[in-house]
Amino acid sequence: MLSPEVWLASLWETLYMVLASTLVSYLIGLPLGLLLVVTDKGGVRPMPVLNTVLGVVVNVLRSIPFLILAVMITPITRLIAGRAIGTTAMIVPLTAAAAPYVARMVESSIKEVPYGVIEAAHSMGASPWQIVCKVLVPEAKPSLLVGGAISIVTILGYSAMAGFIGGGGLGTIAVNYGYNRYRFDIMLVACIIIVIVVQIFQVVGMWLARRLDKRNR
Amino acid sequence: MQQDVIVSIRGLNKTFRSRAGAVVALDGIDLDVRRGEIFGIIGLSGAGKSTLVRCINHLEKPTAGTVTVDGQELGALSKKGLLKARRSMGMIFQQFNLLQQRTALQNVCFPLEIAGVKRSEAEARARELLEVVGLHDRADNYPSQLSGGQQQRVAIARALATDPKILLCDEATSALDPTTTRAILALLKEINRTRGITIIVITHEMAVIEEICQRVAIIDASHIAEVGPVEQVFTRPQSAMAKQLIYPDGKRDKLATGRHYCRIVFDGNSSFEPVVSNMVLECKAPVNIMFADTKDIDGKAYGQMILQLPEDERAAARALAYLETQNVHVEEGDANAFT
Repeated sequence: MLSPEVWLASLWETLYMVLASTLVSYLIGLPLGLLLVVTDKGGVRPMPVLNTVLGVVVNVLRSIPFLILAVMITPITRLIAGRAIGTTAMIVPLTAAAAPYVARMVESSIKEVPYGVIEAAHSMGASPWQIVCKVLVPEAKPSLLVGGAISIVTILGYSAMAGFIGGGGLGTIAVNYGYNRYRFDIMLVACIIIVIVVQIFQVVGMWLARRLDKRNR
Repeated sequence: MQQDVIVSIRGLNKTFRSRAGAVVALDGIDLDVRRGEIFGIIGLSGAGKSTLVRCINHLEKPTAGTVTVDGQELGALSKKGLLKARRSMGMIFQQFNLLQQRTALQNVCFPLEIAGVKRSEAEARARELLEVVGLHDRADNYPSQLSGGQQQRVAIARALATDPKILLCDEATSALDPTTTRAILALLKEINRTRGITIIVITHEMAVIEEICQRVAIIDASHIAEVGPVEQVFTRPQSAMAKQLIYPDGKRDKLATGRHYCRIVFDGNSSFEPVVSNMVLECKAPVNIMFADTKDIDGKAYGQMILQLPEDERAAARALAYLETQNVHVEEGDANAFT
C-alpha cells in the first residue's frame, strides 16, 4: 500500500486542481450565464445575434467529451500554463470544459427568478444593470449555490479523468496503480476518497443554499 | 370646467406579433384620467386591460398612439428619461412580486436604492411607509413569513417609496380573500385621500370598482366600450359589456312572458323609502319583482329592480304613474326590452 503522505499529497493536488478550476470557471461562467439570460429574447436586454453566438460556443464546448477536449487544446494549455501536464496545467482544460457547463447552470438558476419580480423592478425604473445586480443574482442565490455544488462535483469527476493525461492527484494514482498495475485495492481507496470528497462538497453546498434561502422559514 | 388630466391616452394600439400571427390586444384607445381620482378599468380576462395598464408606464411599448403622463409623452422620452418617468408611477400586482430574499424593509428600500437615495435616508422613509400600511412591526420579516394581505401591503409601501403621482394596480386584490380585499381597498382609498395620489385600478370584479372608484372604463375586446362616473355606468349601463358585467349572466334570462315590465333605477335619493311596497298599497295592484340589485356606493344607495306589472292595462298605467312621482328613474317596456 502507498504511504499516507502520498495519499495526502494526492488529495491536496486534487483539491487544488478542483477548487482553482471551479474558481476560474465561475469567473468566466457566471458572467457568461448572465449574458445568456440577459441577451435572450424576452430578456432584460435582448441581443439575438450575441445570444445565438454565445449559445453555439457553449454547446460546442459542452458536446466534446472532457478527455478529447483536454487533448485537443494541449497547445493552448502549453501557451497559458507553460506545460501540458501536471496539476497546474490541468486547470486550463478543466476550466475550458467546466466554464460552459457553469454558464448553463447559472443560466437555468437565473431563469428561475419569476418574471413578475423582474417586471416590478422595471416598473420602478431599474436599469438592466441594476436588475442583474439587485434582482437576478440575489434572488437566484440559493439556486446558484446548489448549481455550484453540482458544478464542483462535475469538475471533480473531470479531474479524476485527467489522471489519464498526467493530471496528478487522486485520478493519477487510480490510473497508475489500479489501471496500469492491476492494484485494485489502491484504485478502490482512491475511489473511496473521491466519493467522500464529493459527499462533503454536496452536503456543504446544499446546507449553505438552504440556510441562505429566505423563502423557507 | 375642464378637469386636470394626469394621464392622457390617444389612439393607442398594441399588437403582439408571434409566429402564430398578429394579435391585437388594444385598438384605438382614447382615455383621460383626472388628477387625484380613483379610476377603474374593468373587463373580462383577455380584454386587454393588463396590456393597457402596462402601456401607461410603457412596460409595453404601444404599437401606435401616445401616452402622456403629467405632461410628458412617454414615447418621446429617452431610455433614461423613461426610467425616470417610471419612478413617478408606482405599481402593484396580483402576485405582489416582492423580492423573496429581502425583508419587508429592504423591499420598500429597493426602489429608493434604484433611484440612488442614501441608505440611511431610504431606511427612514421605508420605516415610515411600513407604518402607513400598518406593518411597522413586520419590517424584518421575509415575504415568505407574511400573509398575502401583508405582502400586498409591503408592495403598496414599496410602490409609494419614490413618492409617485400615480399608483397603478394590476388586479391587486384578485389573489386575496374578500375580507383582505376590503382592507386593501380601504388602504388604497385612504392613500388616495391623504396623499392625493391618482390611482388606476385594473380588475375583473365589479365589486372592486363599486368599492373605491369614482370613474370607470369598461374594456371589451380591445376597445373601450364605455367610460363614465361609476354610479352612472352602474345604474344606466349603455354598452352590452357593461350590462353583462353589471347583471351577472343568467339572472335576466328568466323573465316571464307577461306584457308589462318596467325597470326602476335608484339613483341615491329614494332607495331607503319602501317605494315598491308603497306603490302596491297605493295602487292596490300586485307586482312581481323579477330582478333586484341594490348596492351601497360611496355611502349612497344605488341599484335597480325589474318589475312585472299587472296584466290589466289601467292598473299597470296607475303603477307606472305612481312610480314617476317617486324620484326614481323609470323605464317601461316589454319582457324583451330588458333581456
